Amino acid sequence: MRAFDYARAENPAAAIAAHGSDGQAAFLAGGTTLLDLVKLDVMQPRKVVDINGVALDRIESLDDGRLRIGAMVTNTALARDKRVVEDYAVLSQALLAGASTQLRNKATTGGNLMQRVRCPYFRDGVSACNKREPGSGCAAIGGVNRSVHAVLGTSDSCIAAHPSDMCVAMAAIGAKVQVEGPEGRREIDFADFHLLPGDTPQREHALAPGELITHVVLDAPLAGSRSAYLKLRDRQSYQFALASSAVIVQMDGNTVREARVALGGVGTKPWRAPEVEAALKGEPASEQRFADAAKLAFEHAVAYSHNAYKIPLGQQAIVRNLTDLTIA
Amino acid sequence: MSDDKPTAPHFGAIIGAGVPRIDGPDKLSGRAHYAADQQPADLVYGYGVFSTIASGKVSQLSVARARQMPGVIEIFHHGHFPKLYRSPSSFAQGNKVEETRLPFEDERIYYAGQFVALVVADTFENARAAAREVEVSYAEDHALANLDQGVAAHGTRAGRGDHSRGDAAAAFDSAAQRIDVTYRTPVETHNPMEMHASTAWWERDHLTIFDASQGVVMARNALSKIFAIPPERVTVHAPYIGSGFGSKLWTWPHAVATAAAARELGRPVQLVVPRAQMFTTTGHRPETRQRLRLATDGNGKLVSLRHESINTTSFTDQYVETCGSVTKSLYSCPHLTVSHATTQVNRGTPTSMRAPGAAPGLFALESAVDEMAVAVGADPLAFRLDNYAERDESLDLAFSSNHIVEATQRAAERFGWDERSAEIGSMRQGREIVGYGMAACNWEALKRPCDARVSLRADGTALASCATQDIGTGTYTIVAQAVSDLTGLPLERITVELGDSSYPDGPVSGGSWATATTLPAIAKAARVALDEMKRYATGTNGAFAGVASDELEVAEGGLRNADGKQVSFADILGAARYGSADGEAHTEGADAQYSYRSFGAHFVEVRWDPGISHLRVARVVSAIDVGRVINETTARNQVEGAIVMGVGMGLFEATEYDARNGRPVNNDYAEYVVPVHADQPEVDVILLDYPDTRFNEYGARGIGEIGITGLAAAVANAVYHATGKRIRELPITLDKLMDDVPEARTA
Repeated sequence: MRAFDYARAENPAAAIAAHGSDGQAAFLAGGTTLLDLVKLDVMQPRKVVDINGVALDRIESLDDGRLRIGAMVTNTALARDKRVVEDYAVLSQALLAGASTQLRNKATTGGNLMQRVRCPYFRDGVSACNKREPGSGCAAIGGVNRSVHAVLGTSDSCIAAHPSDMCVAMAAIGAKVQVEGPEGRREIDFADFHLLPGDTPQREHALAPGELITHVVLDAPLAGSRSAYLKLRDRQSYQFALASSAVIVQMDGNTVREARVALGGVGTKPWRAPEVEAALKGEPASEQRFADAAKLAFEHAVAYSHNAYKIPLGQQAIVRNLTDLTIA
Repeated sequence: MSDDKPTAPHFGAIIGAGVPRIDGPDKLSGRAHYAADQQPADLVYGYGVFSTIASGKVSQLSVARARQMPGVIEIFHHGHFPKLYRSPSSFAQGNKVEETRLPFEDERIYYAGQFVALVVADTFENARAAAREVEVSYAEDHALANLDQGVAAHGTRAGRGDHSRGDAAAAFDSAAQRIDVTYRTPVETHNPMEMHASTAWWERDHLTIFDASQGVVMARNALSKIFAIPPERVTVHAPYIGSGFGSKLWTWPHAVATAAAARELGRPVQLVVPRAQMFTTTGHRPETRQRLRLATDGNGKLVSLRHESINTTSFTDQYVETCGSVTKSLYSCPHLTVSHATTQVNRGTPTSMRAPGAAPGLFALESAVDEMAVAVGADPLAFRLDNYAERDESLDLAFSSNHIVEATQRAAERFGWDERSAEIGSMRQGREIVGYGMAACNWEALKRPCDARVSLRADGTALASCATQDIGTGTYTIVAQAVSDLTGLPLERITVELGDSSYPDGPVSGGSWATATTLPAIAKAARVALDEMKRYATGTNGAFAGVASDELEVAEGGLRNADGKQVSFADILGAARYGSADGEAHTEGADAQYSYRSFGAHFVEVRWDPGISHLRVARVVSAIDVGRVINETTARNQVEGAIVMGVGMGLFEATEYDARNGRPVNNDYAEYVVPVHADQPEVDVILLDYPDTRFNEYGARGIGEIGITGLAAAVANAVYHATGKRIRELPITLDKLMDDVPEARTA
């Protein structure tokens, strides 16, 4: 660990001022990613601004039916919130499928959006990694890429999967990310928050330098819908998704009126699958229809040396989740 | 089976009782201090710089920047390190090490994660920060990253433990039914909770080292060779060990580097091996490739069995994974060949990991036996019962005690094997396909020479000492049980001291040897102490003056005569003004009259949900024949823990290396997957508890290893029953069971 300056902020404005926008500082929320990567010497902030005192820790029901979540609300608190459990079951389940109790008690909503990838070549500090050292290459391509690498949204620069479960649920629900920075406040569509790697995998999100996430505002729940998160992995806890699905479905008798489908573990960002949603709309609920629709999500998938299985596995995650919500 | 009718030894109820660990409260309350908990005055901290290449040499190493870092005291490396000497690494001399090369011997790099420098600073954090600033340039050579690359590059070298009888090739060629299959197992890494750690200091010419060690005597002797000082000038302490699974059997480079640094600096130095390097520089179970050729006659009897294995070893030392060790004797077969070879790759030196040889070997053998049973159309259970050996055909000796048939039958009955429908995929429950599989388990029993001391003390307590260790398995407790049984003292008045090389020489805590080796020595020492006590009691001013010693019996922590007069040890000693009655004893290893082995069988139920490609182990029933059980609780714990480890071996565990450069890529606790609580099957362990008194007076054979042997095969066989897929390469991950996996992009 390298020496860094440490500041503690009492409110967002102070945090933003202390952070500055020179790209050398990092906000410290739960620390479950930052401290880990600082100890590995993969992240080297000159300054760490502790935002645990900024009080963005409330969950508020807005008049328009939306739910506003403070950036410092912990994963545990969010997962157990009655409104989340009842109106956004998929989110509660996704949060509880992630990490361990201890980590969820520390990890925050804003921090989860900023989670870094689990690619071992990113974390080892030595291998070629365009995310860590732009222009150095991508050791994961042609290397070991079974577990934490994507088949959707990859590029020749980076194939690391986005690790979050929470974000997959939020991608399905739809949300706005509220941020505050040196230039004031603004909102970012959740779908636009995470960036595809393209040629610039070092750019992971839409935040401008110095901007702080203050809230995530979930879209109002889809009336009369049911939702669930299904996470597939080798062991049954404490592992990142090999493939996961967040599904929200609104039925009209036996017919799908509307479905929202997002995928985890297979994409370089939390992966909404609109082509699957479109194919399901107005269709009767049947495993065959679900399977046909699920295929569409992977039409442009690219399989790397060890992760081709994620293409069928991701489809299974969609089909089983839809089946359990509508038929089983 | 061997016809053993052991004479029932006169042990009291405490032998076999599931008494709680006597060291439990200290561990729970933090009073148990491990190697890295030691805080001698003036302590400073070491942190390693580890090679980032797997093959080549250090071309340049600059410490200029690192030396400017706060708190840095010294930086050692190949150009700046005291001259040390290699240990001859002799097991017979008791100075074995697995990696004989010393740290910083030269600039050569043999594996990724090798020590290239050691920074010592005033705090752990400063040492780690400065280690990052040591600038190392490498001249990288092409690394041999796995077994296939090693074999392709330079072939193999003969190992050890080979065996041949009859003419296996000819018998194979003329047999009715044959199979010829190859199995592979990956590198697995021990990953005990407690990381390797050493705290060392020198006083005058005496080295004291607290080391996370499964063998303090072995470590003392090896360090004495390495530092060229007499063994009595080295004391190795390991009072508590956060498990080892074999990785802490021998002294590894970090302990040598720590002790050397402490001598150079003239103050205590502590070093904790980072988790990432627990995968590189402290041993691992090597990768294996095993070819099995089996043949049966028309009656389903094995007539030919060949088990040829190759394992990876390092470029510095040859470690042989004796995969065929069990194959020699488990089944009756007139024509049999077992061979072991190694191939060098750019990895650290492998070492024993729980059930070395047998764990990967029985995965292969017991999978192949299942395949053979399928080939001849036999039930895998019946096939085994038909073919189990009745005597050890490799040694041409009777087994000292062998209840494998009963173990297999009892486990089968408890499991409900007769409800198995043989057809593949024919058993379903909801969305899941149920698979039943079984395998035998087996492990050698070894009893080593051992010394021990027992003192009966004037304060009414007893002290038992032996330089063996309790690695979390219950050795402290079973020693106390033995002393309690012989002296009649309650457990709370018995102190057991282990894990200190200055105590009477005891065995390494490995190989399931410790119980069978240590208890007879403890018992003998206790009897010597009791005889001494009787002499004191019957002496001139003794409590039983004038009574013949042989008229006294031991009762409740004292002696009693025929009239029922009872005097406590404390009073006997008090009357004589003696501090203690002491007994020291030496016991020899087992003789060679019999083949001493432990036996058992695992039955496993897996569930395969093809709709989400989910495989789980739902249920395990195991019956284990390890001789007498000394402590029901700790014994069961050993088998249950080994089963969990076997589930990990079967489904999850593999240390992965980048084939392009030999670097490990999942060397942390998040990506090296071991089972978590949510993966636990229902586990039902039957302990047969037949004392093997031909082996030692307690009839105990040791229990640490056997539970993991065969478990992965039972899982694989159940997977075959559920899915029809024969997975011959561990671990059995879901991708290996999926249909319709597309082709990968060719990059």
